[in-house]
Amino acid sequence: MNNLLSLEQGVAAIKLDDPWTLVRDAEAPLPEGALILPLALWLSRRIAPDPPHDAVWLGPDDEVEHLQPWLEVLPLIALDFPSFRDGRAYSQAYLLRTRMGWQGELRAVGDVLRDQLSHMRQCGFDGFAVREDKSAADALKGLAGMSVSYGRSVIEPRPLFRRR
Amino acid sequence: MYRYDEYDRALVFERVAQFRDQVERFIAGDLSEEEFLPLRLQNGLYLQKHAYMLRVAIPYGTLGAQQLRTLASIARDYDRGYGHFTTRQNMQFNWIELQQVPDILQRLAEVDMHAIQTSGNCVRNITTEAFAGVAADELLDPRPLAEILRQWSTINPEFLFLPRKFKIAICSAHQDRAAIMMHDIGLYLYPDTDGQMLLRVLVGGGLGRTPILGLQIRDGLSWQHLLSYVEAVLRVYNRHGRRDNKYKARIKILVKALGIEAFSREVEEEWQHLRDGPAQLTTDEYQRVAAAFVPPPYQALPDTDLDYGTQMADSPAFARWVTRNVQPHKVPGYSSVVLSTKPGIAAPPGDVTAAQMDAVAQWAEQFGFGEIRIAHEQNIVLPDVPKARLHALWSLACAQGLGSANVGLLTDIIACPGGDFCALANAKSIPIAQAIQQRFDNLDYLHDLGDISLNISGCINACGHHHIGNIGILGVDKNGSEWYQITLGGAQGKASALGKVIGPAFSAAQVPDVISRLIATYVRYRESDEPFIDTVQRIGLEPFKERVYGAMVQPA
Repeated sequence: MNNLLSLEQGVAAIKLDDPWTLVRDAEAPLPEGALILPLALWLSRRIAPDPPHDAVWLGPDDEVEHLQPWLEVLPLIALDFPSFRDGRAYSQAYLLRTRMGWQGELRAVGDVLRDQLSHMRQCGFDGFAVREDKSAADALKGLAGMSVSYGRSVIEPRPLFRRR
Repeated sequence: MYRYDEYDRALVFERVAQFRDQVERFIAGDLSEEEFLPLRLQNGLYLQKHAYMLRVAIPYGTLGAQQLRTLASIARDYDRGYGHFTTRQNMQFNWIELQQVPDILQRLAEVDMHAIQTSGNCVRNITTEAFAGVAADELLDPRPLAEILRQWSTINPEFLFLPRKFKIAICSAHQDRAAIMMHDIGLYLYPDTDGQMLLRVLVGGGLGRTPILGLQIRDGLSWQHLLSYVEAVLRVYNRHGRRDNKYKARIKILVKALGIEAFSREVEEEWQHLRDGPAQLTTDEYQRVAAAFVPPPYQALPDTDLDYGTQMADSPAFARWVTRNVQPHKVPGYSSVVLSTKPGIAAPPGDVTAAQMDAVAQWAEQFGFGEIRIAHEQNIVLPDVPKARLHALWSLACAQGLGSANVGLLTDIIACPGGDFCALANAKSIPIAQAIQQRFDNLDYLHDLGDISLNISGCINACGHHHIGNIGILGVDKNGSEWYQITLGGAQGKASALGKVIGPAFSAAQVPDVISRLIATYVRYRESDEPFIDTVQRIGLEPFKERVYGAMVQPA
């Protein structure tokens, strides 16, 4: 189980039947099933005549723009938080959603913790693979965040001053 | 003053509830120290040497009388009866119990205040000059845009985990009293020939380990684009700023690495996607916020007051205070008053007791329109005092220990809390400040010396802005003991300059003598009324070095 929270039509729930396996180690033999692969490995498998239906994850050093040609074929994009204090994935999420038009699942993986979930949600994430040692049920409480947000975000492109 | 509406209020109260829950989870062991750290920092809570320290935001340095009374009540009920004004115009409480923090924040929220983002790797308190809205040399009032920026930056989800802290200042006067060149983003607001508001944007300034003055990235930016442009800068920084080394993580390092042209191209490219979108500020919003800053109901007063003139003539002490602590006002008959928090040995720079806070709140109502400003020099400003009432205010201020006539003089020392409190400090600041203040306790002599800024930082993080002091003192650690490095020639304002190190560091005991020698050198070389900084610039460092090191016993 991936300790996954998922937002579907605005409703958040613990997802018990998530099929995906996150592959961190590109060198190790690949497991069976639906895989989320690091960018280089994912790209290398695209050249096969009948490419597998893998998903991809990006680290904070990866440029999201590399995914532009593949948005049609990708089943899911994950963005990694190597530490919850590394905020680059928030901007990557913003760009994927707002500028590149990614509509599919955008999953936060890595150091994904309750107290940052609402920021992730506001930046366009809709899947949250909560860190293994934390309770997903507890983390769910962090997803809603606060009722007021001044600035604009992916899920509310109008800043408060256009709404108040 | 800006008053909260139901949105602003809901935000601060929900934030208190959220943090209360986080504190409880931390105490219960559900949040690790590492996980709790950024949460508490983004609520203004540091762990210092002896206790927690809470830094309360005073957005662009503006406070109402009731708010200051609330700070006094916090000092009394939760601290040891005093607070400390910082160089970011905020207030710090140094002796705080973690369990009580949610209640303190609740008390702040009740008077439209908070401690959000006064620390952490996020956009910090937006600052402007203490005389905004009243300065005689003001071009435009920077406060509405400062408030708009405050709101934009508050809990902006994309920019809460930046590579490092991010400081924005805005000013709009002939003199730059907001030190915009030493900010991550410095904004200079000015009118075009039709009176439309334009912005000059500087980026990449900052002190700390690598002091750099900001460089212009854009000029003539229409005010409507303020938020989209700042967003573009922040996004480029968030994506590309270094995260491998905290000492190289400020935006200034990125700007330096890319060069201002390349950095500016990145920002412009990003901005092309944002401009003219929903982030564009509306006239409605500007007017909604600006309505909170309309001038108070000033009386039509004569610009000169007979009694005031007589009082000046009768009391040299009062006259001296007026020459240093009273600033010109844009409305005839009014002045702005600086209450010095630098009495010398009686209290460390920036420290104010609860009783003093209550008194200042009272004076703000009695002599002005209930408003108080905090200057980045750590002094308190009453922005609207009729000239005819200056003498009465001065008498009260003297009785409260807030009447020192030393604004801008050598003893108006800017200092961080230093090693007495701060866990980061290499050395103490307060005893150094007090030793210098004690050495130069002759007011006549100080007034004769004129404008000299002296800034002390207890470590390289430079909270005391030592790089831009005419005389800068930096605490350094040498094999576990405290030493002080001296810089000369720093300046703030439009002629901003970074001071240069004069040579090897000194022990705490040597510092007052060193300062005496620097001052003696100035007195020896100055021409007529030449200010200290001009003499330094004219004659260079050598005469000062000779006088200091030539005479000293071998410095370490």
